Amino acid sequence: MSRTTLDLWVGFFVLIGAAALLFLALKVGNLSAASFADTYAVDVRFSNIGGIKVRAPVKSAGVVVGRVTAIEYDNTRFEAVVKLALDTRYEFPRDTIAEILTSGLLGEQYIGLEPGGDARMLADGETLKLRGQSAVVLEKLISQFLFNKAGESPTPQQ
Amino acid sequence: MIRRIGAAAVDWVWRLGFAARFMFLLLRYSGQSVSRLHLTIREIYFSGVLSLLIILVSGLFVGLVLGLQGYETLQRYGSSEALGVLVALSLTRELGPVVAALLFASRAGSAVTAEIGLMKTTEQLKAMDMMAVNPLARVVAPRFWGGVISMPLLAALFSAMGILGGWLIGVVFIGVDDGAFWSQMQAAVDFRYDILNGVIKSVVFGVAVSLIAVFEGYDCVPTAEGVSRAITRTVVSSALAILALDFVLTSFMFRGQS
Repeated sequence: MSRTTLDLWVGFFVLIGAAALLFLALKVGNLSAASFADTYAVDVRFSNIGGIKVRAPVKSAGVVVGRVTAIEYDNTRFEAVVKLALDTRYEFPRDTIAEILTSGLLGEQYIGLEPGGDARMLADGETLKLRGQSAVVLEKLISQFLFNKAGESPTPQQ
Repeated sequence: MIRRIGAAAVDWVWRLGFAARFMFLLLRYSGQSVSRLHLTIREIYFSGVLSLLIILVSGLFVGLVLGLQGYETLQRYGSSEALGVLVALSLTRELGPVVAALLFASRAGSAVTAEIGLMKTTEQLKAMDMMAVNPLARVVAPRFWGGVISMPLLAALFSAMGILGGWLIGVVFIGVDDGAFWSQMQAAVDFRYDILNGVIKSVVFGVAVSLIAVFEGYDCVPTAEGVSRAITRTVVSSALAILALDFVLTSFMFRGQS
């Protein structure tokens, strides 16, 4: 085989290899959606973060507006401090409530933001005024349910 | 008996040392495979382009099987929309790099070993040495780099083809929702964490397989039987090296915290 056709085949091979990588990056991965150009940092305090992980999405009204960047423990107030990176395009009032939600029955956990009514918006490095609503722990839910059941007065039998 | 085991062990260590020295020399003399690029391009053609068909077809079939098996299991839990996630994650993280490397070792690695081994048997390498042409730079290094360059591209093609196969079974034949298939996949697959780690894996496998292939060829006993044994050793030790390295890399990359 002559050298030029060989070069052509190798060029074609490299091209479709690169196309496959591009396909993986854009269509399979979330390269286009995951990386926000500019973000600002906001802290939220939780008494229980459940199973939230670093890089979990932050959603408001179901739209991804940011990601969790770090999870720390405040040893003086015995609370979890979750650091969020929010897209600069979106601004939220200072009395926004954060809650830990689960998408679907077995889905991943994410942080939902419920905007409040404050006129002042959150700035970079600020902490949410209100403590976030804790994750629902299944064991607590079950024990609560059992206590409620036990507390009920038995219905009179006919 | 014990003496024989000891001799085998010493022989093995001796070969390992020679392999390390060989790798060092190979890297030292690989400047020419960049300056005389057409040599390397020729090898990319032989190890990469000619492996395309087997990689694409196997990728498609692996994807089809993953689609069927994944749907079968997922629909028991009522989450058949997660089929895209299952197919994409298992292909980009594990199956793509590993199976592509295994196929590459048996398709291209064995060919490289046979070629170099036969060159040694027919004393072409010695003849080159006599003509003051370094066989490491002229013959071995381009084949090594050709393999190293081809491997990640082949693995990416394998993964892409497999995902298309999974899509074909899941969406076209079984009827999983098209939007849910792709959107759940995109939500779960992270570019750096999943795809880039897969590419890193395939580069490491490419280096390992190419090194084993050229070394076994260069080191073979220069007889017809020696060449055939060298080819067998290439395939066997490549497969073992790929699987062992995969375990090591996976334990470094994916530790459960996402």
